[in-house]
Amino acid sequence: MKELMMRALDLARLRGAQYADTRVVRNRTESISVKDGIVEELNSSETEGFGVRVLVNGTWGFASSRNLTGDEADLVTAQALEIARASGLVSGEKVNLGAPVTSQGTYQTPFQIDPFSVPLEEKLAVLMSADAEMGKVQGLRTRQSSATLIKEHKLFANTEGAFTDQTIVETGGGIQAMAVGGSEIQVRSYPNAFTRQQVTGGWEALISWDLPGNAQRVANEAIALLTADPCPSDLTTTLILGGTQLALQIHESCGHPTELDRVYGTEAAYAGTSFLTTEKLGTFHYGSPVVNLTADSLRPLGLGTFGWDDEGVPAQSSPLVKDGLFVGYLMSRETASKLGRTSNACMRASGWNRIPIIRMVNVSLEPGTWKFDDMIADTDYGIYMESNRSWSIDDKRYNFQFGTEIGYEIKNGKMGRLLRNCTYTGITPEFWNSCDAVCNPDHWVMWGTPNCGKGQPSQVAHTGHGAAPARFRNVKVGVLK
Amino acid sequence: MIGEKEARKLSEAILKRCQGTPAEATILFNDGALTRFANNFIHQNVSERDAEIIIRCFIGKQIGTATTNRSDEAGLDELVQKAKDNAKVSPEDPNYPGLPEPATYMRVAAWDQPTADYSPEKRAQAVGSVCRLAVEKGLNASGAFSTGSNELVVINTKGVFAYHAQTGADFQTVVMSDDSSGRAQESAWKASDLDVETLGRTAIESAARGHNPRKIDPGEYPVVFEHYVTEDLLSMLNFYGMSAQALEEGRSWMNDRLGQQVMSPLVNIWDDGNDTAGSPLPFDFEGVPKQRVEIVKEGVAMGPVYDRYTGAKMGKPSTGHATPISFRGMGPIAMNLFMAPGNATVDEMIRSTEKGLYINRFWYTRLVHPRDCVITGMTRDGVFMIENGELAYPVKNLRFTMSYVQALANVEAIGKESHLLVGEYGGFGTRIPALKIKGFKFTGSTV
Repeated sequence: MKELMMRALDLARLRGAQYADTRVVRNRTESISVKDGIVEELNSSETEGFGVRVLVNGTWGFASSRNLTGDEADLVTAQALEIARASGLVSGEKVNLGAPVTSQGTYQTPFQIDPFSVPLEEKLAVLMSADAEMGKVQGLRTRQSSATLIKEHKLFANTEGAFTDQTIVETGGGIQAMAVGGSEIQVRSYPNAFTRQQVTGGWEALISWDLPGNAQRVANEAIALLTADPCPSDLTTTLILGGTQLALQIHESCGHPTELDRVYGTEAAYAGTSFLTTEKLGTFHYGSPVVNLTADSLRPLGLGTFGWDDEGVPAQSSPLVKDGLFVGYLMSRETASKLGRTSNACMRASGWNRIPIIRMVNVSLEPGTWKFDDMIADTDYGIYMESNRSWSIDDKRYNFQFGTEIGYEIKNGKMGRLLRNCTYTGITPEFWNSCDAVCNPDHWVMWGTPNCGKGQPSQVAHTGHGAAPARFRNVKVGVLK
Repeated sequence: MIGEKEARKLSEAILKRCQGTPAEATILFNDGALTRFANNFIHQNVSERDAEIIIRCFIGKQIGTATTNRSDEAGLDELVQKAKDNAKVSPEDPNYPGLPEPATYMRVAAWDQPTADYSPEKRAQAVGSVCRLAVEKGLNASGAFSTGSNELVVINTKGVFAYHAQTGADFQTVVMSDDSSGRAQESAWKASDLDVETLGRTAIESAARGHNPRKIDPGEYPVVFEHYVTEDLLSMLNFYGMSAQALEEGRSWMNDRLGQQVMSPLVNIWDDGNDTAGSPLPFDFEGVPKQRVEIVKEGVAMGPVYDRYTGAKMGKPSTGHATPISFRGMGPIAMNLFMAPGNATVDEMIRSTEKGLYINRFWYTRLVHPRDCVITGMTRDGVFMIENGELAYPVKNLRFTMSYVQALANVEAIGKESHLLVGEYGGFGTRIPALKIKGFKFTGSTV
């Protein structure tokens, strides 16, 4: 493969590219899904191909193909050059990538048990067992359990001398119970909403979640929610978010607005822009002093963990918000150069047939000092919400509204009645400035979001978000009446 | 383009490897390109050539699936073997209805060679025309122009061979100033049907008249929706209730409402994969010919779409709405939706509104509660207060939380023109008109 890659880079250089890079990617995915005792899906999938990205006279072109042959490398490179020259017909500021990237090496995300070495029968047995446990609870309408296992091998080379070889292994899985009663429909999931938690790691991760051991609890909660009291409506109160819901809150209201391509308007037509414009860098109080947010591609288990990003920039950790102050962006080489900084390794492509764009890595809320029980005990009145059911945020990432699968009323420092159809809404900086407590590292978990959409053509990225439960004051809850 | 003849050869090569094991497969070839622009210049410009071959093998009622993008000998050997291996370990699915027999499907014209051959230079020229217009007005244009083609083949060991080739083109632009924006989009299977410059002018006009938007109180307002909003209404009602599986699982807005008046008598919604006014696909991913399905007729909920699996469970025939094999668990889906146009122009709808809101587009819409299809989302790219039949002033974006079933129950008038919008690189095609709705609930506003 290295020969094919060098052939593409040499041709690009020869025909006038000032810069070129190429990636060869092979992705293997196994998807297993059990629904109501029946195997709904057992699919072994693979895709492979290569892409060539070229910079000609300061404008970009990219072409890609599934055919991994030398002749195809010539064709695809020529096509990328033609496209770059067409870009030059409507050009703006010339692209400046900053200092050369010359990374070399191999990397593999750590795991104990290669998920592809585990017999299919064993994987199915775990999911069938979880399904059977949920089935012991009377009254569910549907029950689902699933596993998603991924191994991606990626080679990267550029005309500046970089050549990297990395393998990313991900394991995901979860269960979901749905109950229907009259016009009410309630869903409970574990360990994360929307069918699964996902990490970089091996089969040991899925075993550690103990899906069968949590199945009856999840099923019982779905049933109980049918007759639970509704979330109080139009109430402004204290809100405590559990880890999985907080992870999505971080993703939507911290991760996306710190993407520098959004700030520079290059996602305006699709994903939108950002309120975190560059004059706010270093001066804007994004959150309260207990809010510390980090972009980190080194942290174990995260779906944003790797050796190098798709521009060959080494994995690293950098602050986005420090003691409440907005201090950093998620950056590419091109956008960082424009800002007078260097890339913090956030360029990621969803596959061989997509260009890298700025994506979240592991964007996490650093842990605070509170024990969870102490946080509840310290709250006179409020609502605890957990597990996302609905999420929506405006194109500048200001106004958001979230719904959760489950909630509990907190009264006089104690968890009280169960609440259904919980929702809350707010404005991003107001919300994060109202944060007055974050739980300690004992409660901090690296959650996975394997479904982040961005870009045209669309790309689905896998991102990580470390979070421990946190408390927010004066939040409007109960939008749904 | 590989063409029907080569597709047949590849199909035979796949089925030969099954060696008597019942199987179905889909083959999708995709050749797509997209030119993306922002800040009045092209910043991303890409192309891809890919294929996807998915096979399901059946050992009795044990089912296994495998997917690849390799079509070489070794790739096909591995593909079939993996699907068989997966079937061997999979417990039986007692609901599996067996493979369909071959059936005649309508040959539908959807291929345009100039669109398949569309060059990056031509896309750049079209994009450049919009960028220049935006620059002239001191505005900032962004968007995407995509062109391409795909070929779908559905085969099975009972003799099904269905082939459909289609081209597609889509132009969309958002034009912005510091405090305003406008957006326009159109899709077609012939690129020459797109009037890119007119789309650009529409977005520019909205951005130019949207300066200094006022913040208004949330609440219930009469609204005039451009067809982009109608597309969102139909898309959500589709995902959360037009499939037999949603109905069977009790999570559809149609549950307990079949045969009832649930929307305005003005509302007619159907799915038709054979209509070239849409983005046609004459058979589904099981190779079953698509039927026209009336989903809402004069406001009455008529019923969902079926594939063979849900049909067999519910005692109904397939309507030809099976999803791709890798999404089969989601149940059937309507991919070619239409809403019947009415007799009003958008200008007439505005003129007949004493006080209300004109809204170009919704953004980031998500399900809040399934049974009534309650959705939350934001307005975007053009919101104006209507007073005394005229657009009085621009308004800051609003958040809504509203039942989409109720929204269509509140329809007062429907646009006389309908427009086609198609998902990226093909996919769902929806032909929809603008709407006037007497009451729509807004629950918040943004900064």
